[in-house]
Amino acid sequence: MDDLLLNQFLLLGAVLFCIGVYGVLARRNAVLVLMSIELILNAVNINLIAFGAFWGSITGSVFALFVIAIAAAEVGVGLAIVLLIYRNRRSVDLDDVAEMKG
Amino acid sequence: MFAFLLQSVASTFDRPAIDLHALAPEFVLTGALVVVLLVDLFTPKGSRGIVPSVAGIGILAAMVPVLTLALDGADRSMFGGAYVVDNFSLVLQAMFLLAAYVVVLLSTNYVAEGDYAEGEYYFLLLCALLGMLVMASSRDLITMFVALELLSIPAYMLAGWRKRDRRGNEAGVKYYLMGVFASAVMLYGMSLLYGISGSTLFSDIALAVARGNGLGDTTPLITLGVVFVLIGFAFKVSAVPFHTWAPDTYEGAPTPVTAFLAVSSKAAGFVALLQLILIAFIGRDDVVGPLMWVLAALTMTVGNLIALRQTNIVRMLAYSGVAQAGFMLAPLAVVGSNSDGARSAVVTYLLIYAAMNLGAFAVVLIVARKTRSAEIASWGGLFEYAPGLTVLMTVFLFSLAGIPPLGGWLAKFVVFRALLSPDLTAGGVILAVVVGVNSVIALYYYANVARQMWMNPVPDGDRTPVRIPFSLAAAVTLSVVLTVAFGVSDLATHLGDLATFLPA
Repeated sequence: MDDLLLNQFLLLGAVLFCIGVYGVLARRNAVLVLMSIELILNAVNINLIAFGAFWGSITGSVFALFVIAIAAAEVGVGLAIVLLIYRNRRSVDLDDVAEMKG
Repeated sequence: MFAFLLQSVASTFDRPAIDLHALAPEFVLTGALVVVLLVDLFTPKGSRGIVPSVAGIGILAAMVPVLTLALDGADRSMFGGAYVVDNFSLVLQAMFLLAAYVVVLLSTNYVAEGDYAEGEYYFLLLCALLGMLVMASSRDLITMFVALELLSIPAYMLAGWRKRDRRGNEAGVKYYLMGVFASAVMLYGMSLLYGISGSTLFSDIALAVARGNGLGDTTPLITLGVVFVLIGFAFKVSAVPFHTWAPDTYEGAPTPVTAFLAVSSKAAGFVALLQLILIAFIGRDDVVGPLMWVLAALTMTVGNLIALRQTNIVRMLAYSGVAQAGFMLAPLAVVGSNSDGARSAVVTYLLIYAAMNLGAFAVVLIVARKTRSAEIASWGGLFEYAPGLTVLMTVFLFSLAGIPPLGGWLAKFVVFRALLSPDLTAGGVILAVVVGVNSVIALYYYANVARQMWMNPVPDGDRTPVRIPFSLAAAVTLSVVLTVAFGVSDLATHLGDLATFLPA
C-alpha cells in the first residue's frame, strides 16, 4: 500500500474517532453513548488494518480481530448494565443517573 | 479443499515453544475458576461457604508456581518476547494473588449474607485476577490489551453487583462508560504505535519510538500515540482529571469489590504504566516526564482537597486513594533521569499501599456490620466498645498518612528518594515539595477519623461489642502484620529493588 492510500484510511479513522469522542461527550442517552464508543473502536480497526497492509504484516489484522471480539463482550456487559438501569428507572438518560455527588 | 488448506497451514506453522512451568500460575488459576463454577453448580442452595473456600484455595495454589518460579530464578521469555516471566512480573503476581486472597476473605461474609449470586461473584473475581497476572507478564500491545479487558470487564459487572439498588446501577454504569471510553482512546493510541513501529512488541516499539522508523518525521504521531495510551491507563489508576468515576463507583459498589478496585485494579493500571513507560516509551521521556509530572501534582492535590470535606468513609477512602495514586505517579515524572529508582519506588509503594488500604477497608466492613452506615459520624466512640479495632484502624490510617514507623512512611520515603536522586533537578525538587505539602494535608482527614473513634461519644449510645467473623479477622490480621512489617523492615524496598525487568 502506498503512502497516499494509507493517508486516506488514516483520515477516515481520525474522522470516525472524532465523531465517536464527540458522541460520548455530547450524547446523554446511554445507548447512543455505547454506539459512539463503537465508532471509536471501528476507527481503531480501520487504523490497524491500514497499518497492517502498509507494513505487509498480519499483526494488524490479528489485533483488529481481538478488538472486535473483545468489543463484543464489552458491549454485551454494557447493554446488560443499561438494561438494569432501565428496569429500575424507566429511563436510560445518563443525566438522571446522578444520586451520588461530592 | 479444506484438508488441503489445513495441510498447507500446518506445514508453515511452527508450534511456539510453550514453557509450562512459566505459565503454571495462570493455568492453575484458570483451573480454579472453572472449579469454582462447577462447585457452585453442584452444591445445594443454602450451603454457603464452600465456594469462597475453593476460590481461596485456588488463589493460594496459584501462589505455589509463582514461588517455585521465583526460587528457580531464571527469566523466561515466550512467544517472541510477548509474554515473559521476570522478577518484576513475579513480585507483582505474588502481590496480586495475596491481595485477591484478602479480598476473598473480605467477601466471604458480605456475599453470603447479602442476596448475591455467590458462584458467579467468585468466578468473576478470579477472572479479573487472571487478567492482572497476565498484565504483569505482558510485553506486547495485544497481550496487554487482552489482559486489561480480562481484568476490566468482570470488574464492571462486580461494581454493579447490587442489581436492584439504584446506587449499585450508578456505580456500574459510571465505571463501565469511563472504562470503555478510556480503553477505546488507549486502543487508538496503540493503533498509532503499531503504525509507526510495524510491530506490537514493546521492544520493537521502543526502537521506533526512540529513533523513528526511517519513513519521514513521525514525531507528532509517536507523541499522540504515547499520550493516548498513557491517558487510557490514567483512567484505570484514577488520576485527576480522569478520576470522576472513582468516588461514585466506590460508594455504590459492594465494599469488598471497592477494596478490590481500589487496590488490585489500581495496581494493575500502575503495572501497565510501568511496563509501557520504562520499556516501550523509554526513548520519549521528554513527553512522558512532563505529562506524569502534571498528572501527579494534580492528582494528589485535587484528591486530598476533596477528601477533606467527605463525610462518608468509603468516599473519603476513594479520594484518599486518588491522592495516593498521585504519590505513586510522582516517581514516573523523573523516569528520564532515574528510571531504576522510579520503578523501584512505584513497586514498593504499591506493595505497602495494598497492605494498608486492604486493612482499612477490612475495618470499614467490620464496623459497618454493626453500625449499618458508612458515615464517619457513626464511628464516634468506637474506642469505648471496640478498642482493638480502633487501634488497628488508627494503625492503617496513620500508615496511609505516612507516619513512622508504619509502612506508609517508607512508601513516602522511597518516593522522595526517587524524586531527589541521583542529582537534584528543578522538576524533581518542586514535585517533592508538592508531595510534602500534600502529606501534611492528608494527615488532617485521616486524623479526623481517628479523632472520631478516640474522642467523640457514641452517637446512638449502643455500646454492644462488635462481632468479628473469622475471615474478616484473618484479613485484618494479615494486613496489619504486613503494614507494620513493611514499616520496620526493608522487605518492601528490597522487593522493589528486586523487581527488575527482563533486559529486552
